[in-house]
Amino acid sequence: MKATAPHAYPILKRILAVSLLLGLLLIISAFLGLSMGSSEQNIRQILAVLAGHADQYPTLSSIVWRIRLPRVLLAALVGATLSLGGLVFQALLRNPLAEPYIMGISGGSAVGAIIGILLGMSPFPGVAFFAFAGSMATLLLVLLIASTRSAMKKETLILAGVMVNAFCASVIMFLISLTQDSRLHNILFWLMGDLSMSNTHQTLMLMVALLPCFTVLFLLARPMNILLMGEEMAANMGVDVRLIPLVLLLVTSFMVSIVVCHTGLLGFVGLVMPHLLRLLFGPDHRLLVPACILGGAAYLILCDLLARSLPSQGEMPVGVITAMVGAPLFILLLRRSRQ
Amino acid sequence: MKTALAVKDLSHSYGRRSVLNAVSFSVQEGEFFIIIGPNGSGKTTLVRTISGSLRPQRGQTEILGCPIGSYSGKALARSVAVVTQTPPADIPFTVAEVVLMGRSPHLSLLAVEKRKDLQLAERAMSFTNVQHLAGRRLDQLSAGERQRVFVARAICQQPRIIVLDEPTASLDLAHQIHVMDLLERLRMDEKITIIMVSHDLNLAAMYADRLLLLKAGGVVSLGKPEEVLTFQTLERAYGCVLLVDENPVKKVPRVTLVPNSIMQAGFRSLTGQ
Repeated sequence: MKATAPHAYPILKRILAVSLLLGLLLIISAFLGLSMGSSEQNIRQILAVLAGHADQYPTLSSIVWRIRLPRVLLAALVGATLSLGGLVFQALLRNPLAEPYIMGISGGSAVGAIIGILLGMSPFPGVAFFAFAGSMATLLLVLLIASTRSAMKKETLILAGVMVNAFCASVIMFLISLTQDSRLHNILFWLMGDLSMSNTHQTLMLMVALLPCFTVLFLLARPMNILLMGEEMAANMGVDVRLIPLVLLLVTSFMVSIVVCHTGLLGFVGLVMPHLLRLLFGPDHRLLVPACILGGAAYLILCDLLARSLPSQGEMPVGVITAMVGAPLFILLLRRSRQ
Repeated sequence: MKTALAVKDLSHSYGRRSVLNAVSFSVQEGEFFIIIGPNGSGKTTLVRTISGSLRPQRGQTEILGCPIGSYSGKALARSVAVVTQTPPADIPFTVAEVVLMGRSPHLSLLAVEKRKDLQLAERAMSFTNVQHLAGRRLDQLSAGERQRVFVARAICQQPRIIVLDEPTASLDLAHQIHVMDLLERLRMDEKITIIMVSHDLNLAAMYADRLLLLKAGGVVSLGKPEEVLTFQTLERAYGCVLLVDENPVKKVPRVTLVPNSIMQAGFRSLTGQ
């Protein structure tokens, strides 16, 4: 994999190096996301606007700061949350196929959102509230199904999540089959994940809710490493194997739910970004948590940029791009690492 | 000499099946203590109660004079390190990273490993002779190497007691003796109490100060190898005939299995037992 042994460097330096690298990538992506779009402009004008000379180009300034900035910020937050969510669930359930929606969140929030859309509600707060309520309800249901007297077994959790999601999927199909008007388009966009509903206020609220979650997960990075060794061994190394998995599960599910209720079911980012970053930087979660936040953010900003600039008219759901770009990239890296 | 571990009247059952039945014994500090017994005799359950993984339904366990319940998870991990029967094999961490994890009960949530922790890990790795593997990933090692890595991880934890559940079970002869010698040295040099479960009666006899023989969750015999490993006691515990004579390399009992065909050919009259 790597020529140099990871143990040769102290962990702090490695965290710093990876964060700087991916932070730089994030800044470049954000710059691209702010400067490119459907309206005509040249790079000098953009730089002037970004430098704060708004008065020279009032229209462009308004586009950059009022439309593109909240969207780039939303893409960053969503990309970070979903990558981190996938990382935590893959570690917690020790299952490489785990993704942020595995606790039934996708099914529950989708049913909630579709009901909201069918009731003719506005995307925010109406549909978002219904989606959040739906995901919390399925999460509770999954926890209830999976919990026994002794403890929660990870296989039972996965199965319960998959079953609840499958049940919800049939409800979703049923609701879609009943819908024939323009609301169908809204439903399909929601199911594929859509960042176009962003506004500044909403995005800032999301940020305030997400940053504490990121912090908690970063603090639990070392216990997450040790949990990989198996529950029994983790317990013997002083990790609270009841409390810490529960905190990880609840914090992650909560942050994924509040993101999903704003943007719909953005697939693939949460499944593959953790694997991709693990292939690049190794298995240490103290490294992977910041890497997922920064790398996931940068990745979704770039995918969103493609989603809104590729079609000559309108835009496509960003969920289409995430897998179309990400899957081949991942397969390439996987084959490289096997050689 | 102080008591490292005191077990009093320990009982536990899984559902209706009783696995430990009023087990009592104590282990002195610096002792090499080996638990033997047939399959299903409760050895692993006993180890799990000592490591704090299992809370027994009845009885008390005291570690270094304090009830096990009075320890926090981290405090217990600073006193007792455990090497489980089947350590994880498919973890992509490097050997150095795994060994360094042993420092975690000594670190607060935010702390990172300091130079001292790295030195302790280096020392533990050289002690178990895995320092040349430091940069290798755990899933690229042989079973014997991996077992030594987990022993190094336990040493790095700086415990007073190390508990091992059949550490030599999957190892070839050279690695078996290597791990046992290593534990012996730990006991001598670092005064660490060694408590281990073993199926290998001959290895147990050569290294243990005392043996505990369990059967069906109860204590059959407890004492020095020559007191426990007698023909009568073993036949009672294992339900098969074993030949016991003196080990040619050390003045301890040696146990030999007797195939049925030889039994039928008049083994009893041959040996006089």
